[in-house]
Amino acid sequence: MQDIVFAYKDITKRFFGVRALKEVSFELEKGKILGLIGENGAGKSTLMNIMGGVLKPDEGQMYLKGSPYTPENPLDAACAGIEFIHQELNLFTNLSVAENILINQFPCIRKTPLINKRIMKESCRKLLKSLNLDISPSMLVENLSPGERQLVEIAKALYSDADILLFDEPTTSLTAKETENLFSIMRKLKDEGKSIIYISHILSDVIELVDDIVILRDGQVMGGGPIEDFPVNRMINLMVGREISNVFPERTNSSKKKLVLQTDHVSETGMVRDINLKVHEGEIVGMFGLMGSGRTEFARMLFGVDPYKEGSISIHGETLPKRNPQESIKRGLAFITENRREEGLLMDSPIIENIGLVSLPDYSARVTRLVDSKRLYKRSNEVATSLRLKCNSLKNQKVKSLSGGNQQKVVIGKWLLKDPSLLIMDEPTRGIDVGAKYEVYLIMEHLASEGTGILFISSEIEELMAMCDRIIVWSRGEVMREFEREEFSQENIMRIAFRQELEDASEKRRWQ
Amino acid sequence: MKQQTLVKIKSRINNWGKGKADVQDAQVEISRGRSLAKKILMSEYFVLYLTILYLLVLTPIIPRLWHPMNIQNVLSNMWPLLVVAIGQTFVLILAGIDLSQTSVMAMSSVVGAVVMTSSVDPVLFTKSPLWGIFLTDQGGLMGSSPLALPAGILAMLLVGLIIGFLNGFSVAIFRMPPFIVTLVSMMLFSAMAIFLTKSENIRHLPEAYLQISKTQFSVVSMSMVIAIVLAIVAHITLNRTLFGKRLYAVGINTTASEISGVPARRTIITAYMVSGLCASIAAILYSSRLEMGRPTLGSTLFIDIVGANIIGGVSLSGGKGKVTWTIFGVFFFIILANSLNMLNLSFYVIDMVKGSVILVAALLDVARSRIQKAQN
Repeated sequence: MQDIVFAYKDITKRFFGVRALKEVSFELEKGKILGLIGENGAGKSTLMNIMGGVLKPDEGQMYLKGSPYTPENPLDAACAGIEFIHQELNLFTNLSVAENILINQFPCIRKTPLINKRIMKESCRKLLKSLNLDISPSMLVENLSPGERQLVEIAKALYSDADILLFDEPTTSLTAKETENLFSIMRKLKDEGKSIIYISHILSDVIELVDDIVILRDGQVMGGGPIEDFPVNRMINLMVGREISNVFPERTNSSKKKLVLQTDHVSETGMVRDINLKVHEGEIVGMFGLMGSGRTEFARMLFGVDPYKEGSISIHGETLPKRNPQESIKRGLAFITENRREEGLLMDSPIIENIGLVSLPDYSARVTRLVDSKRLYKRSNEVATSLRLKCNSLKNQKVKSLSGGNQQKVVIGKWLLKDPSLLIMDEPTRGIDVGAKYEVYLIMEHLASEGTGILFISSEIEELMAMCDRIIVWSRGEVMREFEREEFSQENIMRIAFRQELEDASEKRRWQ
Repeated sequence: MKQQTLVKIKSRINNWGKGKADVQDAQVEISRGRSLAKKILMSEYFVLYLTILYLLVLTPIIPRLWHPMNIQNVLSNMWPLLVVAIGQTFVLILAGIDLSQTSVMAMSSVVGAVVMTSSVDPVLFTKSPLWGIFLTDQGGLMGSSPLALPAGILAMLLVGLIIGFLNGFSVAIFRMPPFIVTLVSMMLFSAMAIFLTKSENIRHLPEAYLQISKTQFSVVSMSMVIAIVLAIVAHITLNRTLFGKRLYAVGINTTASEISGVPARRTIITAYMVSGLCASIAAILYSSRLEMGRPTLGSTLFIDIVGANIIGGVSLSGGKGKVTWTIFGVFFFIILANSLNMLNLSFYVIDMVKGSVILVAALLDVARSRIQKAQN
């Protein structure tokens, strides 16, 4: 039993009488990667916060290398050799890479308070090299890609020589290549004897990476053991507690031949080049590509958030004015942005204010501009019910207290109130749990069957292949190819999206 | 054998439960007291409770507080401050700030007087750049006309709207920080008001104008009616209209609001215009009371305006604020100043106390949002 580095024993935690965790027990072995999965709200974060000294358990004990472990604060956890790599990165973007890594322990020149920059850079360079990260330690973090930032965060954890590393959804903002690199580093850390807890929603990643798995549901451990014993179906069953035979709903072909969106030669220097595409009523059109391939940028131009130089966009045959989201909304466009917190929601406002925001003008009197809040509430309530939004009160509950999936439903709801004819969805299933994902797909299918055209941007090729009538593949600001549903093939789509890079990556992998 | 152990365990559980119950009772007592304190602290009416408590404590110490003359004095100080503070609330909800309100008051006061005055002293005003065109021996522009009053008031309101528009335009279209924009316009227009009049007060305003502050039916004065009507209109605007809802949305998250089709720029410009308009309405009340157009009007008022808002609970970080809160804040602030005056404290001491109170209010705001976060 020597090789158990960390153990939870009968941990129970309640928040204001609501039970978040119930008698959770499991163990982490030395030199292994443990996957922790569960829907949002299953208690993963609470469990991690207890380990990190942010919260205290109501009942139960924790053991670190066999001896009781009772952290009073996050510092205790850090001293005990436990480090977090969070989903939202805690980096200072205005500081350099080296400064970020050494933020807690700057090397000083003898006993003066002056920082020894030479030693700082030297030790960073070594560390970065061990992570296959080819950047200068003096580079500012704001100039790094999300993947590089993630690695800097890991370097920071490694610098303090932690034995136990916690990764909370580290791959959500990474490209496939960066993910691959991250996994190889995690395996290397494992071989060096570090123990890792890995939290993720992406089950295929979990299967690829972890040795053991623990599945949480409603604050209880539903099952756990070597990953070999847990095929995907079993994992999902345990997580959601209901049989999901297929993770995607059946698509009925409802596409009509009436054109909703047409773009002609849309170009903007450094962003997108000569984009021509069409979306028909009731059609779900997927847009696939790597990060920075121009999909999101194009969606923003389409909706009128960002400008474009050449070309034109028309909705139902009418030309759409540039850079005017209000006009776009009037003509039936709706835009679910990729980052709900920053661009989608008023986190500090009640749900009703969020759902009503877009269609407020429709509910306000002509001259006095008084808002008919009764009618608005009634309609919002209908939409919330139809989306199966889980909340206590539309009027009093703030959006930030909802889970990720329910927050996304609020964003969708605010556009549904407007009955859009073209819905642009940019990564609508990112960071939400399996059950909520399925519900989002159902909503999409339902909207399409009623004639809404949907432009569906995603980095998860499986969901695109399951949901779309066509997939448009992007690379470096250009549309490379369109695939009809009959021609869908994961390999072909990937190859087109990666262009030459596919060969490069595979070569690199072989070389490692 | 098995059962015996089971019974043992059971009785153990029961006893243990009893011990715990006692502890729990005590804890419930404590937490009840705590939760009441928390409830009061978290209540929207916290400042009002505080004011009432303050009055109760002060009554035996300063009985003169309740003298009709003093009540009238407190109220007449309160209404104009309330009007200008409500304007500031609109901008604060946007996470902005309007430092130029005091200069709007000065400019409004001067411009209104220049339009309305019936005679000016040539000795004082010949050096003014306005002399000969806007100001002559015969008085101001409309000095002798029966339309002097409406023209003067219109001019005053226009001054507020124009300066507010300039502020809002710079903030919304050029995306300049509101602090710098309004700081500069404060400097510019305060100085301009003094420059235009060579720092002289303009007297001889029409009798009808002076009546605004003189009209009084027992406690109800004209200023009171104006201020209360304005407060009601502002309250409805913030809570029930499209503009109000959008104002909060922009204050909480401008980007998300824009993507949701909120005309953020127009909303911002309108908010600054409301702020300017309220300042000029306050200038009408103040100038009427002083019976003159005064180029330094309101120059010491800024801390009172923002202080009252903060005490009321309007957040400087935007998205949070209500007219009722501002009313409570103004009420408390005025009573504080009045009571300190009556204690015969010096001007400096009064300012020190005022400053400390605003500081405590800001701290309280932080504490409240922390408690709220913990509750979520």
